[in-house]
Amino acid sequence: MSGQQVGLALSVFLACAVEGVEALTIVLAVGTTRSWRSALYGVGAATAVLAALTAAAGPALTSLPINALRVAVGGLLLVFGLQWLRKAILRAAGLKALHDEEATFREEREAADSVPRSGAGFDGYSFALSFKGVLLEGLEVVFIVLTFGANQHDIGLAAIAAGAAVAAVVGAGALVRAPLARVPENTMKFAVGVMLTSFGTFWGAEGAGAHWPGGDAALLVLIPALLGYSLLAARLLRARAQRTRAAEVERREPVVQV
Amino acid sequence: MRQLRLLAAFVWDFVVGDDWITAVGVVVAVAGTALLADATHSDWWTLPLAVVVLLSWSLWRVVCPRSED
Repeated sequence: MSGQQVGLALSVFLACAVEGVEALTIVLAVGTTRSWRSALYGVGAATAVLAALTAAAGPALTSLPINALRVAVGGLLLVFGLQWLRKAILRAAGLKALHDEEATFREEREAADSVPRSGAGFDGYSFALSFKGVLLEGLEVVFIVLTFGANQHDIGLAAIAAGAAVAAVVGAGALVRAPLARVPENTMKFAVGVMLTSFGTFWGAEGAGAHWPGGDAALLVLIPALLGYSLLAARLLRARAQRTRAAEVERREPVVQV
Repeated sequence: MRQLRLLAAFVWDFVVGDDWITAVGVVVAVAGTALLADATHSDWWTLPLAVVVLLSWSLWRVVCPRSED
C-alpha cells in the first residue's frame, strides 16, 4: 500500500467515523423514543441514496483528464479541509463549543417525544428524521470518498475504509446502546482537516502544473508541517483567549491594593 | 423555482460554508499557481503559502471581528 493510499484510507475512515457518530446519535434518539423499525427504514433509504450517488458520480469523475480532476478535486478539498480545520482549531482553543453528543441526544429525544404519534404502524417522523440525519452526515463522506477515490483511481479502497468506519461506529453503538460521547470527535476532525487540506494542497498544485520537490514524498513534509502549524495556532489562540478572560475578570472585580 | 433556489442554497452551504472569502482565496491561489507554473519551475510553494495565509486570516476574522475594532 502506497503512502497516498494510506492517506486515503485514513482520511476516509476518520471522516466517516466522525459523521457516523453524529448520525448514530440522531438514529438512537428517534429509535429509542418512537420506532426502531421506521428509524432503520430511514437509515436504509438514506444509505441507498448515498450508494447510488457514489456509483453514479464515481465513474463520471474518474473519466475526467487527470490534471483537470486534480485541480477540481484539490480546490474542493482545500475549501472543505480549511473549513474543518478552522472549526477544529477554534474548538481546540476553547473558542467554539465542543460537539456534545449527550446534549444532542437529549434534545433530539425531547423533540421526538413532543411530536404526536400516528398509530402503531409505520412512523413517518422517525423515518424522515433518520433519513435526513444519515443523508446529510453521509453526503460529506460521499464527497470525501469520491474526491480521494477518483483522484487516485481507487474508489474501492475509499469505499472499504468508509464501510469499516460505519461498521465500527454501529458496532460500538450497539454495544453501549447510547450516544458515543467518549469518542474524541474534535481530535478526529482536526486530523481529517489536516489530511483534507494537505492532500488538497498537493493535488491542487500538481493539477495546476506545479512540480513538488521529491514528488509524492512532499506529502510526508506537508502533512506534519500543516499539523504543527495548526497545533501552534490552537495553542496561541487558547493563550490569547485566557488572557482576554483574565483581563475581563480583572476589569469587573479590580484587585484592591492595601 | 423555489426548489432550485433551495438546492442552490444547500450546495452553497455544503461546499462554501460560512466562509466565502476562504473559498474565493482558494480559487485565486490555484489560478495563481497555474500562472506561475507556466512561467517558472520553482512553483510548488505558492499553494502551501496561500493555505497558511488563508487559514490564519480566517481564524483572525473569528477572533477579532471588525465590529469590535
